[in-house]
Amino acid sequence: MEKLRATSSLRRSLKSILNRQLSSVSEIRYLNGKRSCQPTFNLIRDHKNLGEANSIRYRCFSSVSTVVQRNPSFSTLNPDDISYFKQLLGEKSVIQDEDRLETVNTDWMHKYKGSSKLLLQPRTTEEVAQILKYCNSRRLAVVPQGGNTGLVGGSVPVFDEVIVNLGSMNNIISFDKVSGILVCEAGCILENLISFLDNQGFIMPLDLGAKGSCQIGGNVSTNAGGLRLVRYGSLHGNVLGLEAVLANGDVLDMLGTLRKDNTGYDLKHLFIGSEGSLGIVTKVSILTPPKLSSENIAFLACRDYSSCQKLLMEAKRKLGEVLSAFEFLDIQAMDLVLNHLDGVRNPLPATMHNFYVLIETTGSDESYDREKLEAFLLSSMEGGLISDGVIAQDINQASSFWRIREGVPEALMKAGAVYKYDLSLPVEKLYDLVNDMRTRLGDLARVIGYGHLGDGNLHLNVSAAQYDDKILEQIEPYVYEWTSKHRGSISAEHGLGLMKANKIYYSKSPETVKTMGSIKKLLDPNGILNPYKVLPHSLNS
Amino acid sequence: MKIMVAVKRVVDYAVKIRVKPDKSGVETQNVKMSMNPFCEIALEEALKIKESGLAKEVVAVSMGPSNCVDTLRTGLAMGADRAIHVEASRDLVPLTVAKLLKKLVEIENPGLLILGKQAIDDDCNQTGQMIAGLLGWPQGTFASKVVFDKEKQVATVDREVDGGLETLCLDLPAVITTDLRLNQPRYATLPNIMKAKSKPIKKFTLEELNVEIKSDIEVVQVIEPPKRKAGVILSSVDELIDKLKNEAHVI
Repeated sequence: MEKLRATSSLRRSLKSILNRQLSSVSEIRYLNGKRSCQPTFNLIRDHKNLGEANSIRYRCFSSVSTVVQRNPSFSTLNPDDISYFKQLLGEKSVIQDEDRLETVNTDWMHKYKGSSKLLLQPRTTEEVAQILKYCNSRRLAVVPQGGNTGLVGGSVPVFDEVIVNLGSMNNIISFDKVSGILVCEAGCILENLISFLDNQGFIMPLDLGAKGSCQIGGNVSTNAGGLRLVRYGSLHGNVLGLEAVLANGDVLDMLGTLRKDNTGYDLKHLFIGSEGSLGIVTKVSILTPPKLSSENIAFLACRDYSSCQKLLMEAKRKLGEVLSAFEFLDIQAMDLVLNHLDGVRNPLPATMHNFYVLIETTGSDESYDREKLEAFLLSSMEGGLISDGVIAQDINQASSFWRIREGVPEALMKAGAVYKYDLSLPVEKLYDLVNDMRTRLGDLARVIGYGHLGDGNLHLNVSAAQYDDKILEQIEPYVYEWTSKHRGSISAEHGLGLMKANKIYYSKSPETVKTMGSIKKLLDPNGILNPYKVLPHSLNS
Repeated sequence: MKIMVAVKRVVDYAVKIRVKPDKSGVETQNVKMSMNPFCEIALEEALKIKESGLAKEVVAVSMGPSNCVDTLRTGLAMGADRAIHVEASRDLVPLTVAKLLKKLVEIENPGLLILGKQAIDDDCNQTGQMIAGLLGWPQGTFASKVVFDKEKQVATVDREVDGGLETLCLDLPAVITTDLRLNQPRYATLPNIMKAKSKPIKKFTLEELNVEIKSDIEVVQVIEPPKRKAGVILSSVDELIDKLKNEAHVI
């Protein structure tokens, strides 16, 4: 499976793609007190100088009505701060080198770029606590950062916040073979944990395309979903405990390894999914399921969306306990993947089908699971739910099916500009939104729908040659209003970050959001943790 | 013309191999097994030849315990017409396989015998060559391209050899063993899986074929290669010279 590392080679090739394809670049200037800019949103169209080799020309966009201003109550770094950090962490963990800062200031999609001047890499919880205590007393804003694979701009600074990257805290602390409980530091890369557990006969309960770079602390802080949620549930169920550092440097040790513990309020759930705005997660204790020996995977074609839905209902009933993934992609997504990714084969080359579904089963008995899957698929085929399909005969074929599904985001990046939306909707209505968007956008852009159909999670992506406000106007706020009307979530698993910080009201009531604001004020009175993100800016004033 | 393809059930190529604690072999319990990748390529080639009208029937053959039938079903699902299973309870060495294949060839009379160049569990690369020797048939091993001439009854085979590519012309009947670049095996589609359920698998026992399986080879020990030592990052050229001289003893 593809490692989605934000390596410099990917960035360089992306840069050249940007320079070739874009003829207009929108540059967003975040306003701060020092620069003398107009107080409103500054959109500059820059047609020239795209061939600059040294700077990354990044594309940013957001609703035209968003204004992000640097909070004047935050201090700026001074040399005393730097020497304090150097003394606390040692020279190697305090980075001011421009090239490295460039990387950590930019998100994976190259949509958001901050201007932080300082990157800190603590190695212990104590160091994290000292950093936060100091920053809190000095009112220095902080961005906790893990693998920097987030898709909503939550992992990079907006202005000059100090970046605290937990990548150096990557030890596995303990693993209990009987219960399957893994305790590790927040900077462990997910793929490394998966390999470690593989040797022990266990697996991580979550799996996502970014596993080669994302870190477990970030996964927990964003309540990452992924491909196996339909089988193993969300992190709220699998995380047994965590250790977090609050904004004032207090360390909350909630690193329990117990399956059942009803003593008091379960505070860890606040940190799971709060995207680093309530505290920095430093250690995680997670329940890992045993690795089951038999995995089977089928790649199927369906004529229309209602067949996909019926197939899902049948799969849940007939495959029941062995179903471990149910993903879908439409013909445009398949087309994109086949055209933009290398080494990808169409498993059903005879014709292009309107919808493709990927079903995976995981169980303990190879032949039993195989028979079950074959029987289910053959009866679905006879019932007209499936037009065609293939079953993987070995692990390589299985990986190639996953490559197609996991490669859609990458293919979208290569195809040019992409507007990404991650929505939870009732399954019956899910694809109606895609069709509506297609009608709205017409020839302006290509609309692609794919996602975790098993969880009712649609990844709606609009692909165009370049970013254009005309396209954005047709998408937002229509997409959010549509979702809100059907009581869906405007962010199923990606989180709010910076991109949707002011959109929360589409999915949550005002009283709920007000209470969230109170909790934020309680745990982080100076608001130094990951500011400008998650909650609406109006709450801070 | 009938084509016979020999396929082997091996530990899946993508599985991390573990050696058994008693060093008698590789762990195969609870491990995913599949058709040998080279055998898949061989079967794919046979199916391509049949689809181009040059052959009438493709027969898949496998030898081993009863779970070989799974591999044969995969072969049938890919498109083979019939399958033959030679029941054997122990691991068979290439010479025994070749002798068994010779008996089957005498029964079935195929015009072409295609095998994978080697199995990924023992890496022997012997069966194809041995059966060609036993039958007295010409052989084109490590084939990366196969072209047939029906009238002249010859096969032109491009072989991947150390120095490059060698092209041979073989009179049929012949033995061909396949290399990686020959083709890309097809997936097993649902309609074909459904059809495969009704295709016949004929069983033979070793006694019926009258082949002795006493082997002259005994596996003494299987051990893992020594673990690679981690690299060391050096901070200066002097340190490098020192290490080359005093630790590695190369200068």
